[in-house]
Amino acid sequence: MADALIFDHVRTPRGRGKKDGSLHEVPAVRLAAGVLEEIRDRNTLDTAQVDDVVLGCVDPIGEAGGDVARAAVFAAGYDQSVPGIQINRFCASGLDAVNFGAAQVMSGQHDLVVAGGVESMSRIGIGASGGAWPVDPQVALPSYFMPQGVSADLIATKYGFTRDDVDAYAAESQRRAAHAWDQGYFSRSVTPVKDINGLTILDRDEHMRPETDMQSLASLNASFEMMGAMGGFDAVAIQAHPELEKLRHVHHAGNSSGIVDGASAILIGNRRAGRKAGLTPRARIKAFANIGSEPALMLTGPVDVTEKLLASAKMSLSDIDLFEINEAFASVVLRYRQAFDLDADIVNVNGGAIALGHPLGATGAMILGTVLDELERRDLNTALVTLCIGAGMGTATIIERV
Amino acid sequence: MTYKNFTLDVDADGIAHIVWDMAGKSMNVIDITVMDDLDAIVDRVAEDEAITGAVIASGKPTFSGGADLTMLEGLLREFHGQRSKDPEGAAKLLFDGSRRLTLIFRKLETCGKPFVAAINGTCMGGATELALACHARVAAEGDAVKMALPEIKVGLFPGAGGTQRVMRMAEAQPGLQFLLQGRTLSADKAKAMKLVDEIAPAKKLVATAVRMLKDGVDPVKPWDKKGFKLPNGPIYSPAGFQFWPAANAIYRRETHDNYPGARGILQSVYEGLQLPMDQALTVESRYFAHVLQSPEAAAMIRSLFVSMQELNKGARRPEDIKPNKIRKIGILGAGFMGAGIAYVTAKAGIDVVLIDRDQEAADKGKAHSDQLVSKAVQRGRATAEDKEQLLARITPTADYDLLADCDLVIEAVFEDREIKRVVTEKAEAVLKPRAIYASNTSTLPISSLAEASKRPKNFIGIHFFSPVDKMMLVEVIMGKKTGDKALAMALDYIKAIKKTPIVVNDSRGFYTSRVVMTYIREGLMMLADGVPAAMIENCGRMAGMPVGPLSLGDEVALDLAWKIVSATRKDLGVKYVEGPLDNILEEMVVKRERFGRKNGKGFYDYDGRDKSLWPGIPEVTGKPKPASAFSVEELKQRFLVMQALETARIFEEKCLTDVREADVGSILGFGFAPFTGGTISYIDGMGTAAFTELCRKFTKKWGPRFKPNKLLRDMAKTDERFYTRFAPEKNAEEQKAA
Repeated sequence: MADALIFDHVRTPRGRGKKDGSLHEVPAVRLAAGVLEEIRDRNTLDTAQVDDVVLGCVDPIGEAGGDVARAAVFAAGYDQSVPGIQINRFCASGLDAVNFGAAQVMSGQHDLVVAGGVESMSRIGIGASGGAWPVDPQVALPSYFMPQGVSADLIATKYGFTRDDVDAYAAESQRRAAHAWDQGYFSRSVTPVKDINGLTILDRDEHMRPETDMQSLASLNASFEMMGAMGGFDAVAIQAHPELEKLRHVHHAGNSSGIVDGASAILIGNRRAGRKAGLTPRARIKAFANIGSEPALMLTGPVDVTEKLLASAKMSLSDIDLFEINEAFASVVLRYRQAFDLDADIVNVNGGAIALGHPLGATGAMILGTVLDELERRDLNTALVTLCIGAGMGTATIIERV
Repeated sequence: MTYKNFTLDVDADGIAHIVWDMAGKSMNVIDITVMDDLDAIVDRVAEDEAITGAVIASGKPTFSGGADLTMLEGLLREFHGQRSKDPEGAAKLLFDGSRRLTLIFRKLETCGKPFVAAINGTCMGGATELALACHARVAAEGDAVKMALPEIKVGLFPGAGGTQRVMRMAEAQPGLQFLLQGRTLSADKAKAMKLVDEIAPAKKLVATAVRMLKDGVDPVKPWDKKGFKLPNGPIYSPAGFQFWPAANAIYRRETHDNYPGARGILQSVYEGLQLPMDQALTVESRYFAHVLQSPEAAAMIRSLFVSMQELNKGARRPEDIKPNKIRKIGILGAGFMGAGIAYVTAKAGIDVVLIDRDQEAADKGKAHSDQLVSKAVQRGRATAEDKEQLLARITPTADYDLLADCDLVIEAVFEDREIKRVVTEKAEAVLKPRAIYASNTSTLPISSLAEASKRPKNFIGIHFFSPVDKMMLVEVIMGKKTGDKALAMALDYIKAIKKTPIVVNDSRGFYTSRVVMTYIREGLMMLADGVPAAMIENCGRMAGMPVGPLSLGDEVALDLAWKIVSATRKDLGVKYVEGPLDNILEEMVVKRERFGRKNGKGFYDYDGRDKSLWPGIPEVTGKPKPASAFSVEELKQRFLVMQALETARIFEEKCLTDVREADVGSILGFGFAPFTGGTISYIDGMGTAAFTELCRKFTKKWGPRFKPNKLLRDMAKTDERFYTRFAPEKNAEEQKAA
């Protein structure tokens, strides 16, 4: 089996996912095209050598609909021989795109692939693509559908995380992200979004609030309390986990992932293609896995998929130097650390989506790149990247430097 | 052409006056002959060029009670007979058979001529669906009209277009609630929901319908025209995504997903609203035929429709005693129960003498009726005149002499033998010889109370449930010497106040109290097993019970439970086996004075209307085990199996003699999981063999209280069903023979 090697990684800065966000003026296709262009230009890549462009996108509708990857190929001026495919596994789409591309390479069918993701949450809107899951009773009922924030609160209640616990985690994420920016840890991968004249539109993640502390977080009201009570979702949570009397609503905008716009791309290929293109491999995609998990908790899939992946890769937790788990909600990370008794110092060392934002379909490839940069900076070897996923799933990938 | 159940006359203006008036029935119902008639009538209206439009009215004081459910029972029997040989053929038979009304109504709706329904009174189920299929509806002013789609209450759903038309006419939220709750609408409410177009005085109902036709009623429904928009827009829209996730969640909250009928409504509406009407109706029919086959629907139809009707009609009444005309009753004790009984009695038009120790206490009891009826007036459910009449019927007093001309006296004093003895003697001293004396005791054996009576033949138990005005069941208890006349009087009285009776023989706790105590006890046993308290409560509700067992224990009062346990212990002496239950109750009641709701602390802490589980429970029971140590399904089963098993024991002891009473009594009396059809249907549904096997498994795992009794073990040998061995018809014949 061929090795799937990572040659390079780029991402956009993450723009606030609202109408006043800096990237709101930029079409989703352009965001994606931007990272495709950057990965081509800085590697002086002959795009005719690229076998596929695989992009994750969670709301592939409107301008991001159809096949946004093929659209981005045209916008970026890639060779017409480069096809594109858009995939969707909700929040893990970006990582699944990487795994999809890696699988093409590992199976020997493709030599060189660009994988990543794109999401313009400000332009398209979360949930805009609809879907049967929350509305069709034959899906909503067996999956114990509830808004993800209620599930995050269910995790906090079930596993004993208080409001202080989740707020403290959020404040630390902000601190770490600010520190990483200040120290230039992201500079290798973040490529500014520029206009057609070369003017910079955004060159820094704009969702961050480095001044965040426990006091400022304490002033925020829990976001999902009303929804849980009036919408019946608390009852759904409790029927799935009847040992709980009441749900403790602890999550709010300050300890949940930010809504942002952004795109990411990773260049993956086999050794021969790398040599031919004059590329130096940075890491190898060692193994990956997917799983369906208990849907009411919904966001504990990273625990299950990590167990599955370590077993299939015949590895143990101690083989992993750094963990990167998407900060969809603070309780997701706290539960992950609790389940594996992980030291906080090796998990999300440069902060995460609470501070930086979570551009749904792009995030998986972004955090994989972030942890790869960090492995190199610390001169460590192995990292595990994982994301929780709507409807109860988990995706995880292990990379190791070469 | 003539019709069996309808008349059709065409007036000078070409309007067909269709009057539904079934011979020999007090209320119109939809049966096969009605379907035949309607089918022919629609054809006639469509084809007869002289007819320009039609009014459908009723010749009876009510519009119609809806479909005759026995029709469906016959269809189901045919289905089950054919199923093993030809599954798809059987499915087709059921599908076609159960949608005939749908197709007739759709033909009416699309026949090209306008129909107006003139709704003069009660209009239920299939009749409401008929009205909705018409092109306009006018309802009678006042409170005569009661419009509902109550199918959900017997485990079904409105399967003749009801789900589709309601949701295309009404706003999504009230529409779905109307379907899922089976609630009854007044004419005004129906109009507010857009299910009725006009309201007119009863006398001008038909004239109004004719006027509407002359003014022009569109014979094409909005949804059969291009560009039709649902009241709240499409499902796949922002509004739909606001509504549907919560609708699904609230469905689960309210039903615990135990009711296929309710789920059928949700799914039919969800799918149907995305389709043109004909296909939407097909989809509705598919789900209807599916729900119709469910064991839940069969069990609910039997218990909550057939059996309940039979019991209400007096299935257990001795036939040879002529009906009693009850003019006046006496109530001893004007406390909460006595006051409630006074209210329901006066509401039924019967005079009440309400007696307590002194005038003040008696007046306080009457004030309860004032409160209830005033609230009804406020809500528009009663008039000021009703209130005046009702209150005038209640005479509060301390004077026993006023009982002299009462037909029946109901004693509702404190549960104390001595007090009960004294009031019995005082009442009997003035009562006319033929008057019946009833005790509303919930715990003391009637035969022993009857020892205070000089005429034990006339002494009976009439056990009401609290709150009296809401609870529909009354448990009649036959003492050893109670005579048939007393029974007839009790049943005639219960019929008069429009409640459902069950008749049981005397024993400690009778039927309902005895079984419900096992539910509470099982909750306590689970605490002792280390099940987390919240899990016990939630599993109780998920099993289908209205409240968790610990919550119920708090309501009943833990000190009372402790008293009962102590008394049983004393009665049994050395034979009593002490268990963890004694320790928990003793610790709660004796050491910690946690008596339940009444002193604001029990298994819950009470703070006004709010309550939360007492955090100190583990101090009493020990630290709970993790939830993962228990199976939710098994916990749910333990609750239902325990209660059903106790019912089987009561059957064996002949305290209960009628399967219908066991089932109906369990649902109406203590809310036993209605989707099972009741305690006995729960056993039959599983089969006595499987049930007995489950009892044995639980005996090994959870203790000897699950040991199956002899009756069950016997029946399990041939997997005999209770409804076979104790078939109601057979039972009646045996009783007649005896």
